Formats: sequence, C-alpha cells, structure tokens
Amino acid sequence: MNPLRIEPVSTGRRTFLKASAALGAGLTLAIFDVDADAQATKAANPGAEFAPNAFLRIAPDNWVTVIVKHVELGQGTYTGLPMLVADELDASWSQVRVEGAGADAKRYANLFWGGAQGTGDSTALANSFEQYRQAGAAARAMLVAAAAERWKVSPEAIAVKSGVVSSGGRKATFGELAAAAAKWPVPASPALKDPKDFVYIGKGAPRTDSKAKSTGTATYTQDVKLPDVLTAVVAHAPRFGAKVKHFDASAAEKVPGVRYVVQIPSGIAVVATNFWTAKTARDQLKVEWNEDTGFNYSSADILAEFKRLAAKPGTIARNDGDAAAAIDKAARKLEAAYEFPYLAHAAMEPMNCVVRLDADRCEVWNGEQFQTGDQAAVAAVVGLKPEQVVIHQLFAGGSFGRRANPQSDYVVEAASIAKEIGKRGVPVKLVWTREDDMRAGYYRPAYYHVLRAGLDAQGNVAGWQHRIVGQSILAGTLFEAAMVKNGVDPTSVEGAASLPYAIADLQVDLHSPQIGVPVQGWRSVGSTHTAYSTETFVDELAAAAGKDPVEFRRLLLANKPKHLSVLDLAAAKAGWGQPLPAGKAGEKRARGIAVHESFNTAVAQVVEVTVRADNTFRVDRVVCAVNCGLAVNPDNVRAQMEGGIGYGLSAALYGAITIKDGGSAQSNFHDYRVLRINEMPAIDVHIAPSTDKPTGVGEPGVPPIAPAVANALAAATGKRLRVLPLSLST
Amino acid sequence: MAIFYVNQERVDVGKSVPADTPLLWILRDSLNLTGAKYGCGMALCGACTVHIDGQPARSCQTPLSSVKQGAEVTTIEGLATKEGKALQAAWQALDVPQCGYCQSGQIMSAAALLARNKHPTDADIDEAMAGNICRCATYVRIRAAIKEAGKRLSA
Repeated sequence: MNPLRIEPVSTGRRTFLKASAALGAGLTLAIFDVDADAQATKAANPGAEFAPNAFLRIAPDNWVTVIVKHVELGQGTYTGLPMLVADELDASWSQVRVEGAGADAKRYANLFWGGAQGTGDSTALANSFEQYRQAGAAARAMLVAAAAERWKVSPEAIAVKSGVVSSGGRKATFGELAAAAAKWPVPASPALKDPKDFVYIGKGAPRTDSKAKSTGTATYTQDVKLPDVLTAVVAHAPRFGAKVKHFDASAAEKVPGVRYVVQIPSGIAVVATNFWTAKTARDQLKVEWNEDTGFNYSSADILAEFKRLAAKPGTIARNDGDAAAAIDKAARKLEAAYEFPYLAHAAMEPMNCVVRLDADRCEVWNGEQFQTGDQAAVAAVVGLKPEQVVIHQLFAGGSFGRRANPQSDYVVEAASIAKEIGKRGVPVKLVWTREDDMRAGYYRPAYYHVLRAGLDAQGNVAGWQHRIVGQSILAGTLFEAAMVKNGVDPTSVEGAASLPYAIADLQVDLHSPQIGVPVQGWRSVGSTHTAYSTETFVDELAAAAGKDPVEFRRLLLANKPKHLSVLDLAAAKAGWGQPLPAGKAGEKRARGIAVHESFNTAVAQVVEVTVRADNTFRVDRVVCAVNCGLAVNPDNVRAQMEGGIGYGLSAALYGAITIKDGGSAQSNFHDYRVLRINEMPAIDVHIAPSTDKPTGVGEPGVPPIAPAVANALAAATGKRLRVLPLSLST
Repeated sequence: MAIFYVNQERVDVGKSVPADTPLLWILRDSLNLTGAKYGCGMALCGACTVHIDGQPARSCQTPLSSVKQGAEVTTIEGLATKEGKALQAAWQALDVPQCGYCQSGQIMSAAALLARNKHPTDADIDEAMAGNICRCATYVRIRAAIKEAGKRLSA
C-alpha cells in the first residue's frame, strides 16, 4: 500500500492528500505492524515451521529466521549472531533474516550476566558464541536426519552447502525438509565444526540491516505506528530530583489535539494526538517545582568535594607490596591529578518508549537493552506480573549504554503515563526532545584521579599509587549487592585495578561519594577514565626516564602477550620510530600511543596529530590494533574500532556536561558539541591473529584514543593535559 | 491552504494545522513517512534532512509557513535520483550504517552533493556533510561511500 494514499480525491498523475484531517483529528494512517514480516510468515504456514530451539526457525518458504537475544544498537549483533547459526547450519546468507527476542530470561539470558537478559559489557557475541553455533548445528543435524530418511541413505552420505541438502543427484532445500526435520529429536550436544571448515566465521558476511538503514525503512521506537497511538511529552524538573509543587495546565489543555495532562512521578506529561501538538502544549504549562527536594550544587562544588576526599586514603581496590614505601625511597617521584567531566551518551535517537496497557497485559515497544530489568520495572509500575509485560524489540538509534538504565527511567516514565491516563488499550508513545535527553542525567560520572609513582636510578618504575574519586554507577541499583565487593564498585576502578604493567608495589584506592546527579555506564564504562590517567601517566614516566614510550611499555608488559600483540602491531603499522612528514610552517606534528584492555579485548592506538601555531590541533590519523580473540566478522571489528575511536575522540575533544544550579548547563548539540565528519581522522585497523574464543568489540575501541591523543600532544608541545576535554589553550 | 508535493504526491494542508508545525512532523506524524528522523529539533544534527526543490533542507526547522506553494519535497522514501540510488548501493556495499538512525539524513545530504558534484574532494565532502552528525562515527565509511557512489555514476 502506498503510505501516502490517505484520502485520494483525484485520480490524476498525483494523488490528492488531506493532511489536515490527520493532524487535526489524529487519524492513524497506514497502520504499521513492526513484526509484520514474521507474522505474515507464520500466518501463511501455520504449524509448518521447524523451530528446533529458541534461536531459529526454518519455514517451508526456506527462510531461516534467527532470533537474536541482544538489541541491535549499531554494534552488529543482528549480523554476528546469525553468522554463528548460519555457519553451523550451512545456510545461505541470503536466506537468513533476523528477529529480536522479547523478554524471556529462561531462554534468552545473557550467559555472562547470571539470569538477566540484556546487552552490555561488549558481551553479545562472546556469551553467544557456542550457544548460537549449537543452535545451528542442532538444526543441521535434524535436516540431515530427515534427508537421510527420505532418500534412504546414511546421514554420512548427506552434504549440506549454502542452504542446499544433497546426496548424489538428490537435492532439497531447508524449506522442503523443514516439516520432516521437525519430527526428529533435538540433539542435546551436536558436534560443532572444526574451525577450518567455517564458511562465515572469521571471514565475514554483509550486515543484515544495511539495506533497511540505507532506505529509511528500519523501524526504531520513534517510528512505531499503532492504532490510536498518542504522543506524550513530559515537563521535567530543571534540577535533578526536584518534585512538582503545583502546576497549571489550563492553557496547555486548550491546545487542539491535547487529550490528557497528567502528573507522574517524574513531572507533568502532556498527551496529544501528535508530537508537535504535545510539545506546543508543554511549552504552555506552568509548573512550579519544589526546590527543597532537588539537587542544588554545581560542577565546581563537586570537584572541590572530590579534591577534599582525594587527600585522604580511600577503600583499597588493589594492594601489591608497599607502594607508598617504594615511592618514598625512589630516586625520582612524579605526581599528577586528573579531572574528568560528566558525559552525556547523546545517542542520535533521543530516549523514547511506546506502552500499551490493558487490564491484564502491558506491551512495550522499545530498542530494549535490558529486557528483564525493564520488564520487572514496568510490571511494578502498572501492577502486573512481569510475565504479563510483553516487550517488542526494535532497532535502537544508538545507546552507548543509555538504554540499559538501571532504574529503567524512561521506560518507567512511559508506563507511568499509560497508567495515569487510565485509558486502557490506548498506546502512548513517550518522546523525549533532545533537551529532555541531555538534561535527564544518567551521565558517565565525573571523576578525579591522583597518580603517584617513583622511578629508580635506572629509570624503572618503583611504586605506583592510584587514587580514584567519583560516583559509583552501581550504588542504589539492583546490581549493587552482587557486584560491589568490600566497598569497591569494580566499574569505578576497572582498567586501574587491573593495570597490566609489571610493578611490584602497586596500590589503587577509591572514594565513591554520593552526589545527586544520576549516573550510569557509558560506552567502555570505567575505562573511559582509567585508560586516560594510566596511559598518560605511564607516558609521562617514560619521558621522565628518557625512554621510548613503546619500549618502556613493552618491558613492563613482558608477561602480557595480548597487550604486547597489539602494542607491537600498532607500532609497526604506524611506522613508530620513523620521522613523520613535516607539517606546514608553524605546525608541529607528533605521534602518541596508548594500549588498554577492556572487556577482555586489548587495543592499541597510535595517533598522529598536527598542532597549529594558534595551539589548536587536529588528529590526522589513527592506527589501531585489536586483539579480540577470533574475529568472527572482521569487517565489523574494523567498523567498531572506527566508531569507538570517533566516539572516544568526540568526548576527548568536546565532551562535558557541566552541572549548574543542580541541573545540566547543556541542552543540545550547540553546547554539547560532538565530533563531525570534518574532524574525523583517517583510521587504519589491524586485527591481531588469534584462535582464542572471541571477545567483544563494541566498547574496547573507545578507551585508548583520548590518552593516545594527549600523548601525541605532549610529544608535540611538551604540555601534559590532565583536564578533559583536551585543550592546549587553557 | 498550503499545497505542496511529497515524493511526487500532492499534499494539501488545511488551515487547522498550525503554521509553525515543522515539516518533519507533517512527514512523520501525518504522512507516516518516518525515514526522516528527529534528532535535535534545531537543525544541528541533520537527521531530518529532506530535499525541497532539490536542495537539502532540515525539515525540523522548516515550518509549514515557509514551504512554498507547489514545492517538491523528497524524503528518503522517495529518493529516486541516480545519485540517490548509487549512494544507497554504496552504503550497502561498504556496510556504512551502524545504529542507522542518522543515515537517511546522511544519504539525503550526500545525494544533493553528488547531484552537483560527481567527484567531490575531501574538502567538498566536509563542507556538504559537516551538518550531519553520526554518533556511531561512521564518518570514515560515509566518506568512502560517497566517493564510491561518485565512481559508480561515472563508470
């Protein structure tokens, strides 16, 4: 159906449309069902599908549908997980399509997260590697059994290649064998391929979502259309935690198209027939906030408190030998303090969620990063059991951690509105404006680090003390009890407590003050700040010792083969040690390096910078080496390194949410600047060969870029930058 | 009554529709054309880019009152130029998209660039594309895909 054919009144070359009716009366046009394809398949072939397990279905029409338990938010999981199935199944890539899983922890839990179903910590491929291969192998074994029976040959006489099952001159498609295969028992532990026989794994396959995302047809939460859907926009408090004192909705309610104005715990929701009406009406709300309840400090206050705490010992996160004594007696001592601001995730799709509440069922449409957490949170709000909350998985327009909110903040807000309007069965789409999204908090926490180290007379590191001050992202969440050990939030110190360098006397301690700014994980989590402080400080030690930064690290990493593999690869590919081509007159050019492991993946990056006469600079080129075990989809590994570098560089150059009077001083991309195409460096990615089990790549490209840039700037100018974002002018 | 064309179909907007309504929301909420995305509402990110009479425009900052009578609006759904098709093919060949949310706008900006310049230099690409933000930072591939599409057009 032509989506524009609303009300044809002319049969000429062009169709005559009346948009006025739709806007004024809220008619719903061209009802769109997000699961239309999959449901159409089911309807056409009731009961004939072959579904040997929770991860795939084979239909008589020969489609192989892989059910992906993780959200596709750009990282490529809608390609990587289907590749695992397709390889063991020997399917043709062209017959594979993807469906996102709803909430079902029994079948779709993240195997690295206990019983929880969700996406994060760069675990999607790593936790699914054997699970999805086994799913494909089981289906293959059953297809082979069915073919052997049909053709009266032994299973060994059956070959499967590119979606075709054959024996001698006989051939059958998966679709033709699906019904017969379904009658065979599902093998519990089917044999997996020898890696030498992989057809997709390690070689690659095109993304399954590139076409939809290049033609405007991919469905995000923002695009959901349902019968009678209403759009909600919420007036939020200017200060974190402030509550509504009272409000006057009389003007807002008069805006044509407004259906409800309701108070919810997080503010006042205006619910209307479309977004623009809801937003226009929200602008006419008069809300008075109870200032006593809100956060009332600014970034300077927070930094002062962090500095006060940093003067005192914190809770020990790692303690090898006697770091203080070693530094005391060292020939030379170095000390440096680092300041990191709050960072917004600023995904392209501002947070949003669609909820349809009925008497005994609640449906949620969302790019859903934490299915079981959000399911439980919605159930609690609307007074249903978790299993009565059905989640429809959609593409997420980015996330970088934001959509795995430990408080389910925006999802709960949408559910609260659906509950409050009291109109059963009417879907409500909560839409946050960019300003709502940026001011909502749940930032990467601000941090303050102090590093001290000694060098002996030969320039060897003698003692390392690292003190970290900043909010815990786990405090007050359901993860706190399980993950915070001995008062240490491991996500605050990861990358620091796991420092790979061979230093006998090493101490890391932590202060986790409670601050009224909501915080959560941000792409690469603790490593966003620990990689910066450790890798710039090591660089500083190398310079103080008069040693080459690569050689200095190499000696300290003698027992860390994964780190060494990427350090050596990046240095070699970047031409480390060879002179850089000179810049223009007045320009200084230099290289810098950093290496960091996060989520079991090691990445090294060599950066080339040009510093102009006016102290501005540009990052010209990044040579990146990654060791992620077996690279299942090498081109996607490259894509994630490219994207991680760009995301990390954006924060390094510009990222800062400053807190003013208890709220964010930034609201949109004019004052929360992000990287644009003209600032993107050239990037060469090199994958270290490995046959180890695959590890994640969604986050590990981020941490090394900021310290590598800072080290290059120090090499060019002699200036060590210890305040983020980076500037040579202040 | 405002009359214009969207993807060659006539759209007739009645007086009851507020004149300050941005074109983006007419496209998305009234016409069910959701390819153009909301990203910032301030013409800062380019996710809402469409063509108006062949020129790239930020539909989030294009109020109905500013859409000229008879204007031809093209969205990603109606992009049928040879430049547009070449770009979409290159985008898929190079697997440009990650989350994909910005890519409709990226392609619309790039299609307008290629329509006037088949062989853009890096500086041309910077100038034409710097208004389109991609938070996944797919910029390396966007640049490569624009050049690839230019090559395909002259092949």
